[in-house]
Amino acid sequence: MSVLAYLIPISLLLGGAALAAFVYTVRSNQYDDPEGDSRRILSDEWDDHPKP
Amino acid sequence: MTAQIRPAMAVCPGCVAAPNEAVEQAPTEARLALSLPTIHCQACISTVERGLNALPGIHSARVNLTLKRALIEADPDLRAADLIPVLADLGFEAHELDLASLATTDSDRAGRELLMRLAVAGFASMNVMLLSVSVWSGAADATRDMFHWISAAIAFPAVIFAGQPFFKNAWSALRVGRLNMDVPIVLALVLALVTSLWETSLSGEHAYFDAALTLTFFLLAGRYLDYRTRAVARSAAEELAALEVPRAIRMEDGVEVETAVADLAIGDLILVRPGGRMPVDGVIATGQSELDRSLLTGETLPVFAEAGTQVSAGEVNLTGPLVVRAEAVGEDTSLHRMADLVAIAESGRSRYTSLADNAAKLYAPGVHILSALAFVGWYLYTFDLRMALNIAAAVLIITCPCALGLAVPAVTTAASGRLFKRGMLIKHSTALERLAGVDTVVFDKTGTLTAGTPQLENLAEFSRTDLEIALALAESSAHPLSRALTQAARGAGITPAEVTNLQERPGFGTEGEYQGRCVRLGRAAWVGADQGNQTAAWLDLGAGAPRGFLFHDALRPGAVEAVANLHAAGKEVLLISGDTTGAVADLAARLGIGNWLAEALPQDKAKRIQLLTDQGKKVLMVGDGLNDTAALTEAHVSISPASALDAARVASDIVLLGQDLEPIAEACTVAQKATKRIRENFRIATLYNVIAVPLAIAGFATPLIAALAMSTSSITVSLNALRLK
Repeated sequence: MSVLAYLIPISLLLGGAALAAFVYTVRSNQYDDPEGDSRRILSDEWDDHPKP
Repeated sequence: MTAQIRPAMAVCPGCVAAPNEAVEQAPTEARLALSLPTIHCQACISTVERGLNALPGIHSARVNLTLKRALIEADPDLRAADLIPVLADLGFEAHELDLASLATTDSDRAGRELLMRLAVAGFASMNVMLLSVSVWSGAADATRDMFHWISAAIAFPAVIFAGQPFFKNAWSALRVGRLNMDVPIVLALVLALVTSLWETSLSGEHAYFDAALTLTFFLLAGRYLDYRTRAVARSAAEELAALEVPRAIRMEDGVEVETAVADLAIGDLILVRPGGRMPVDGVIATGQSELDRSLLTGETLPVFAEAGTQVSAGEVNLTGPLVVRAEAVGEDTSLHRMADLVAIAESGRSRYTSLADNAAKLYAPGVHILSALAFVGWYLYTFDLRMALNIAAAVLIITCPCALGLAVPAVTTAASGRLFKRGMLIKHSTALERLAGVDTVVFDKTGTLTAGTPQLENLAEFSRTDLEIALALAESSAHPLSRALTQAARGAGITPAEVTNLQERPGFGTEGEYQGRCVRLGRAAWVGADQGNQTAAWLDLGAGAPRGFLFHDALRPGAVEAVANLHAAGKEVLLISGDTTGAVADLAARLGIGNWLAEALPQDKAKRIQLLTDQGKKVLMVGDGLNDTAALTEAHVSISPASALDAARVASDIVLLGQDLEPIAEACTVAQKATKRIRENFRIATLYNVIAVPLAIAGFATPLIAALAMSTSSITVSLNALRLK
C-alpha cells in the first residue's frame, strides 16, 4: 500500500500540470482562431528557422 | 429656427470641443480591421499576410480564418481604402470594418472565464472519479477514508470556483423571491458536499464528491455551448454593423474633409456623393439629384431633390452630388428617433417564456418538495438525522437537472450551426422555439421580396434604332434605371448609337445630340410626359411623343420558392407594403400571394400584425426597412436580410446573411425539428428520473448509481441533439 504514497501525489501533480497548461493556452489567446490554426500547420513559411 | 438650435448647442459644449482634442494627440499606431469573406484555406492566409506585410507602413497583419477577418497594425496615416485595392489585386474581396463596433468581440472575457471554470471542473472531476472508482471496486477502511479525504480536498475548492455562475444566478433569483433552475442545482451541490464531508468524518461508506463535480462539469458544458452559440451570432451581427463605416465628407471652406459621423454638428455642410446614404437630417444646400427613400417608406419610385428639399438620414442619393446642411445629427435624426421608439415598445420576444423556463417552473419546486418529503419521511421513520439527510441529498443529486441543463443548449447549438451554414444568423436565444410555432408569414415588399434592383419590362416594344440611342444615353449615367437599361439592351445584343455631346443632368436624366436632334432619357416631367404609377425612364427623340421604358423590381433569388414552400407547409402568407397599389398587386400576383395590403404606413403594418396576434396567430415578419421596424418588434418572431437598415436588423431575431430567401422555409422546418428534439430531451431526462428517483427515495441509491444515471442521461441527450445535423 505504500506505493499509494507516491502514486497519489504524482497523479494529482500531473493533473495540476495539465490544468496549468490549459490555463496558459486560454490566456495566450490560442483558441481565438481554431480554424486558421488548424490550417497554418500546412504553411511552409518559417519551416527552416523560426519567425524572428 | 435659430432659437431652437441654440439651446442644443449650449447644452453640449463638450461635443464641440471634442474633435479638437482628438487631433492634438496623434497616435503612433493605428489598428485596422478588414473583412475577407472569400478566404477559406491555408494558401489564402499566406497570400493575404505576405501581401499585406510587404506594404510600407504596415507593422503587422494577421488573418483570423474563423472570423474571416484580417487585423492590421500600421502607421496612423494608412487608410483601409489603400489596402482594399492591393487585396483585390491578389484576388480577395475585402471590406473595411469599423473597429469601434467590433470592440466587444475583441475582449471575450465572459467566454474565457466560463471555459476556465469548465476546465477546472473537468480536471477535478477526472481526478476524483479516479479515486471514486477505486472505492467502488473495493477499497475499504483506512484506504477508503483517505481517498474520501483527498476527494474532499479537491472537490471543495473546485466546486467553489467552478460553480460560481450557478451560485450567482441562484442568489439573484432567491433575492427577489423567485425560483429558477439554478436553485435546485446549488442546493444539490451544497448538500452533496456537506453530507459527504460529514459522512467522511464519520468514516461512512458513501460520498458524493464525484457526483458534485461531474454535475458541475456537465452543467457548465451546457452553459458554455449556449454561450458559444450566442457569441458566434453576436460577432456576426456586429460584423454586419461594422461594415457600415460611419464616415461622412464635411465641406470646410470649400475643402472636402473626411470625418466620423459622430463628429458632425448642426449647421455643417455635408457632401453626399451618388450612391451614398444621408448621415443626417437636413436641407439640400446645393445640387440636384434623385433620392431613394425605399428603406424609410417602402416606395420604389425615386424622389426628385433639389436645393431646399428636406432629407432624412438613411435616404440614398442616386444621381448627382448633393451638399446637405445638417439640421439634426446623431441621436436626434428622425431615423434614430424611430429606432428608439421601437426599442421602447414591448416586443414579441419579451412576451414569450422559453421551454427551458417553463420546465424550470415545474421542475424546481417539484424537486424541492420531493427531497423534503424524503427527508421528513425517513426522519420520522428512523429518527436518524444522518440517514435522512443522506437520502435527501441522494434525491437532490439524482434529480439534478444535468440532462435538463444540456437539453436546450445542445439542440440549439446543433440547429443554429446548421442554419448558419445555410446563411441564417440566429440572434435571439428563443428565436428557434418561437419560429417553430409560426403559422402566418408577413412579407414586406421592397428590399425583402424584391432585390431593390430594377428590371426592364418592355424592351420588345422599342425599335432597334431607338434602343441604340437609349443605350448610348443610358451608358453615360450611373443611375440604377440607366444601369438596368444598359444591362437589358446589352443582353439583347444592342450596340450604342453615336450620340454626341452626352451630358448628365443630375436629378433629371441624360441628354445628347443624335443626327442633329436633341435626344433625352430621363424623368417624365423633364421630357414632358405623364408620370404613371410604375417606375419608368422616358426616351424623347426630339420628334413625336416621349415613350417610357417600364421597370419592375427584380425578385430576390429564392423568393418564389420561399413563398411556395411556405404555402406548401400550410402557412398563411401575407404581403404588406408601403408601396403603391399597382406595384404591390403586380408582385403579389407574380408570387401567388392572395392576401396583400398596399400603401401601408408603419403604424398600419404593426397594427395589422397585432390584429393577427389577437386572432391567435403566430406571426413571422420578414422586413428590411425603417417602416418595418415596429412590425418586426410586434411580431412573434422576425427575420431581416443583411442589406436591411441597422435599426431593422437590431429589431429582428434572425438575420439572412445571403441574398437568397429560400432558407426561410427551411428554417421553419429546422425550428420545428429542433423544438421536437428539445421536448424529446426533456422526456429522456424525465424518464431517467422516473427510474432513479424511487431508488433514491427508497434509500438504495449509491454514488455509483448516481454517477451512472447522470452520465447516461447527459450523453443520450447530447446524442439526440446531434441527430439534427
